[in-house]
Amino acid sequence: MAVVSRAALPVAGLGCHLAQLNVGRLQAPIDSPLIADFVAWLQPINALADASPGFVWRLQTEAGDATAVRAFNDERVIINLSVWESLEALWDFVYVSRHLDALRRRREWFDRMAGAYAALWWLPAGTVPTVEEAVRRLSLLQREGPGPEAFTFKAPFPPASRPRQATSYPS
Amino acid sequence: MAFDLADQVAGVATLAGPLRRQLYVYVVEQGRPVSRAAAAAAVGVPRTVAAFHLDRLVGAGLLEVAYGRTGVRRGPGAGRPAKLYRRAAREHRLSLPPRAYELAARLLAQAVDRAGADRVLYEVAEQDGALAGRRLKPSLDAADPLERAAAVLARCGYEPAEQEGRLRLCNCPFHEVSQSPERPLVCGMNLAWLTGVLRALGATDLEVRLDPQPGSCCVAISKSKIH
Repeated sequence: MAVVSRAALPVAGLGCHLAQLNVGRLQAPIDSPLIADFVAWLQPINALADASPGFVWRLQTEAGDATAVRAFNDERVIINLSVWESLEALWDFVYVSRHLDALRRRREWFDRMAGAYAALWWLPAGTVPTVEEAVRRLSLLQREGPGPEAFTFKAPFPPASRPRQATSYPS
Repeated sequence: MAFDLADQVAGVATLAGPLRRQLYVYVVEQGRPVSRAAAAAAVGVPRTVAAFHLDRLVGAGLLEVAYGRTGVRRGPGAGRPAKLYRRAAREHRLSLPPRAYELAARLLAQAVDRAGADRVLYEVAEQDGALAGRRLKPSLDAADPLERAAAVLARCGYEPAEQEGRLRLCNCPFHEVSQSPERPLVCGMNLAWLTGVLRALGATDLEVRLDPQPGSCCVAISKSKIH
């Protein structure tokens, strides 16, 4: 079995963009000194994402990030939800930019998650996912493992031959 | 895991002759595509001899051909792009008896990831790096901390290149495992290991940090800014 690597990622189909959701449970309230370095990095890392090749959209409130969004009953669980032009574009931001350093330090700020905490899926270009849709995709991944409707970098899937009907539109 | 002795030997066997090795090392050390003329001059053989050996290395999958310009002139009248040589991306490994360390590394990385034991890994790596640095320290001649670091890193396979007081590491010794989603762990481990090595060398005025660029190791080493 081939090792999954950036070089082997499926190509985005015409008219398809890639959505991603990742969730994490903070080890302390977001205003705790323990989480200070993470909070300090929010703005520069989000700005880095915005400027990255292939970046399309990310969920944010007026504060400029998504940390105020509560998608789950747990006050400490925060999410990132974004859209990219391709798997490679997302990979390059996540793993080949200063974002890598934040990932390196994740255990300082986030609990270990049992089960999948990041889901990827294809959607029609020009649309953005709702938080509800994103949570549904992650649940699907957690229940059934990677498939065409929700997958991971480790087990990616190409887009279906026809883009699915959009479930939401940009405001 | 696929062990094919003939295939593994074929690539490596091409390096059997000293001249071929010199040419291969020259191309690799430049860190950018080079012309046969430059390689011939560096090694001290006629261009045709260099071309013959370089093409053999390409045939064995150790080098790749790239076309580009070596001169300043561009546009019409600048001439045909030159045939240049660079190291092939493909990895060649020969281990007798067969070994599969990268499978072990991938499994261990996934286990550490699942267990959330990132910081244990970094601690282990830094301690091991310090041990390695202590062992290598006596063999170093240079006085300059950056040169000493470069000497050690070269020995460990990182292919350091100095650029304006910084060391870029042109090779990732953990490449295959670092191309997986466990990359943060692997790069964090690498950073910790190198931090340990440099600490053992007494290089207190060198800064080691994560600065990933495509095609090279994620770590950059520079002299600390004077406060």
